[in-house]
Amino acid sequence: MYKNFLKIITFLSILVSPFLYTSAYAKTKVGFVYLTTPGDHGWTYAHELGKQMVKKEFGNDVEISIVENVPEGPDATRVIRELAKQGNQIIFTTSFGYMEPTLKVAKEFPNVKFEHMTGYKRTKNVATGNIRFYEGRYVQGVVAGLMTKTNKIGYIGAYPISEVIMGINAFAQGLRSVNKKATISVIWANTWYDPVKEADAAKVHIAEGADILAQHTDSPAMLQIAEKNGALGFGQSTDMGAFAPKAQLFASVNNWGPYYIKKIKQLKDGKWNTGDGPDHWAGNTWGGLSTNMLTLSSFSNMPSDVAKKAQEAHDGIKSGKLKIFAGPLKTNDGKEIIGAGKTLDDGALWGMNYYLEGVTGKVPK
Amino acid sequence: MIEFTPRKIQSSFWTVLSPIISIAITILIGSLIFKILSYPVMESLYQVFVSPFSRPDRIADIFVKACPLIIIGLGLIFCFKANIWNIGAEGQFILGALCAGSFALLFPEAKTYTLIFSMFIIGFLGGAIWASIPAILKVRLNVNEILVSLMLVYVAMLFIDFVVRGPLRDPMSFGFPLSKVYPDGAIISKVDFPFIGFLGQFHYGIFIILILCPLIWFFINKTLPGFQIKIFGSSTRASEFAGFNKNKITFYVLLVSGGLSGVAGVIEVSANMGRLQPEVSFGYGFTAIIVAFLGRLNPYGVVIAGIIIATAKLGADNAQMVLGIPKVVTGIFEGMLLFFLLAGETIQKYKISIRKDN
Amino acid sequence: MENLLITILLTSIPILLAGLGELVTEKSGVLNLGVEGMMLCGAVAALGSVLIFGNPYIGILFGAVAGILISTVFSFFTITLMTNQVATGLGLTIFATALTGLIGEPFVGKTAASLPKLEIIFLSDIPYLGKILFSNDILVYFAIFLIFFIHFGFQNTKIGIIIRAVGDNHDSAHSIGYSVKLVRWMSTSFGGMCAGMGGAYIPLALTPHWSEGMTAGKGWIALALVVFASWMPIRLLIGALIFGGITILQFVAQARGWDVPSQFLNMLPYLATILALALISFKLRHNNYAPACLGKHFLGNK
Repeated sequence: MYKNFLKIITFLSILVSPFLYTSAYAKTKVGFVYLTTPGDHGWTYAHELGKQMVKKEFGNDVEISIVENVPEGPDATRVIRELAKQGNQIIFTTSFGYMEPTLKVAKEFPNVKFEHMTGYKRTKNVATGNIRFYEGRYVQGVVAGLMTKTNKIGYIGAYPISEVIMGINAFAQGLRSVNKKATISVIWANTWYDPVKEADAAKVHIAEGADILAQHTDSPAMLQIAEKNGALGFGQSTDMGAFAPKAQLFASVNNWGPYYIKKIKQLKDGKWNTGDGPDHWAGNTWGGLSTNMLTLSSFSNMPSDVAKKAQEAHDGIKSGKLKIFAGPLKTNDGKEIIGAGKTLDDGALWGMNYYLEGVTGKVPK
Repeated sequence: MIEFTPRKIQSSFWTVLSPIISIAITILIGSLIFKILSYPVMESLYQVFVSPFSRPDRIADIFVKACPLIIIGLGLIFCFKANIWNIGAEGQFILGALCAGSFALLFPEAKTYTLIFSMFIIGFLGGAIWASIPAILKVRLNVNEILVSLMLVYVAMLFIDFVVRGPLRDPMSFGFPLSKVYPDGAIISKVDFPFIGFLGQFHYGIFIILILCPLIWFFINKTLPGFQIKIFGSSTRASEFAGFNKNKITFYVLLVSGGLSGVAGVIEVSANMGRLQPEVSFGYGFTAIIVAFLGRLNPYGVVIAGIIIATAKLGADNAQMVLGIPKVVTGIFEGMLLFFLLAGETIQKYKISIRKDN
Repeated sequence: MENLLITILLTSIPILLAGLGELVTEKSGVLNLGVEGMMLCGAVAALGSVLIFGNPYIGILFGAVAGILISTVFSFFTITLMTNQVATGLGLTIFATALTGLIGEPFVGKTAASLPKLEIIFLSDIPYLGKILFSNDILVYFAIFLIFFIHFGFQNTKIGIIIRAVGDNHDSAHSIGYSVKLVRWMSTSFGGMCAGMGGAYIPLALTPHWSEGMTAGKGWIALALVVFASWMPIRLLIGALIFGGITILQFVAQARGWDVPSQFLNMLPYLATILALALISFKLRHNNYAPACLGKHFLGNK
């Protein structure tokens, strides 16, 4: 009889234990959920670097748990719940597909803070954070426009979602600001990470005449094919110069660390909040160059005047003086989006289902 | 030299013992692998096989994980007993979920029970139709069903990707590939246990297994069609002499298997995800093949096998969280288990003796 | 244009090599569904060895050896222990996929040297064909050589005829005195070696990376191609080129702005395989080129 009693007490205390961990504890328990492993040298690697920044900043004041290779589905729900049960006070879920699982578990653990990266739904204890990847792509477009000799740019996209499309359009804006003759052609790989497919797509682009490649996928394969064939390209998520020293012009580097540090600090000071932007896309933090959530690696393989122009574009965006999506804007089949003097707001960016001028083809429906 | 003589009487001793020995050998070699990779052996084994039982809600999660594996496995019993190799259960799972989901989104106002049961039927049909492709090709043109059903898995994955990004995409999802949230009537809710409340993700869909198991056992063992399947599987010539229609058997076992995989898909999405996304299956169709074999193609065996495999999968997650062991170890265990099970089958069928060559 | 043709040729090599190996295996009566797993073993061994030793040719060696080693596991269960070939092959694929995922983890994200191109003197200077056919790496030449070697071997050599005999009628072959199990072991090992080399080609020449499951179904395609080719090596080459072509052309269609959803274009290789299988079965429904004892166990008792 005592054994059963003991079992019930243990069970109940396990159920209740998350609530016992208040922020009064000096050591903050932080959880991370990764989609792949840091070895991908792309998306998750960038998050891992951010986590390492956290470890460096807080040292022994944090205790970090990580789960890697978590597929986006019921497994994610289970893993996030497990992290919450193990007493983690703030959990970072690092992929869009973790949205429903994060929201589900957040309801069950109202005292745990959840940070859904690249998401848009927020609740009392779910915050979202995202990076304005497209800002880096504008600069890529500028460099591409100045460096291309064939006036053909090859773009490898993962999936036709707003995030990728606004990147393509930002690239086109940068491109056309210096070179109105160049065009971008897009291949959809239908995967975020598949070196073989990315390599094949890169080869096709080059065979079709492109001499500059850009990617919104995660592996360095594209750049390596570029290097083998004398083409140039841009790295994605992390600096890929080590893989293609002769081909990488520069890389858009995701810099999650400062955001992670800021939110953990908020938690420690008892001031954690989900911000007061509107719900959905803007989240409370959609940082870019200006907040250092996005940085650009060093410029290489380009003459100094191109590097100067790139730096100007970078500084312009960072200071806010250069508006990437300022009118007049026309789609590539002639429809006018906005007229002169206006700029697209964040909502319009998330609603992009068209290509701007400079991109060939149509957005897949 | 080693000689194999076919046994005249199937040893029932070995029938029960061989899965147990296979599991034991697998664990032994697995421990060796852990040791070579410098992971603490006992702790690793604990995490993989015992930790999923260490909390009531974790135990509930085992059943949730095992649910699709068992249902697909039950369907595969039909095919494998007939020696028809349906490798495309994964694709049939996806099609079932997709068809039922599309249906639910078309009629969001329908009443709960009507909607859910219609979804089961539509899901069954969807999976069955997808399985009918290899079935028809095999029956009419004698095309190998393994390759066709497998190719269709890739096609199914791309197809659901297209549908969820296109026609079914939620306009509120900002271009991200998610269908609209299922109407309430289409969701299988979690079970609210009296006194305990919600245990993990345990949902009502799991009870379907309780209905399917005895039904399938009865069908396979006590009805004529079941008998036909068994004979067809062990000897095509015998079944031809007996006048069983081999085309009909081939066709229907594939349809039933596909249908059940489809139903598994419906349950999995309705209970755990609540909306369609491009990835709805995570290798369940392939893992279920191992489950079917481990369960010795017996419905109750499949249930136990499903629980064992689900435990290993959840355990692997825990092992990763606690010890940093990569999740792929489950695949190694599963593969080895299958090998030893098959070897055990050989021992069942043949008597092994050593004969000196003169 | 010629760049495209080269890309198509190179993309076909893994399937071609694996298919050739499987062709020999099946001719002896063994149905090896573990090709996908064997290719992965070859791939991880190749990339790993190049990372460690620095020489891509060592990669080929390691890839081949890895393929042979993993195929012995398969041979032991299916030939010696006479287990169900389909299930064992599947189990092998699952096992090898996981095993290579484990072994390959330290290699993810690292990059290694590729196979250098060997230009054949004089021939490689031919304007168009020269670049496509005669400026390739050693495995391409090997694959082409293998096609003719196998074709010739089966028609004209004693070992070729023995293999065919074992595959078509193992009882007769046994009564003549040939060791059926030994012949099958050897042909399966050959198949494993080729699959390993086919898998090795991917990181050695196509994309110098390792990622889990990077063969992405090529092993299964190779299996289908053997059927499509009616177990004839030269037809296998055609099949491999067609498949490689479709894989590349779907990207070309996108790059040129065709308004077909990319998912359907991505489906083409798989749909084409099904279609090819159906067509060939339709054409050959009155003939059967398959080895008569394919997939059947051989007991070996008198």
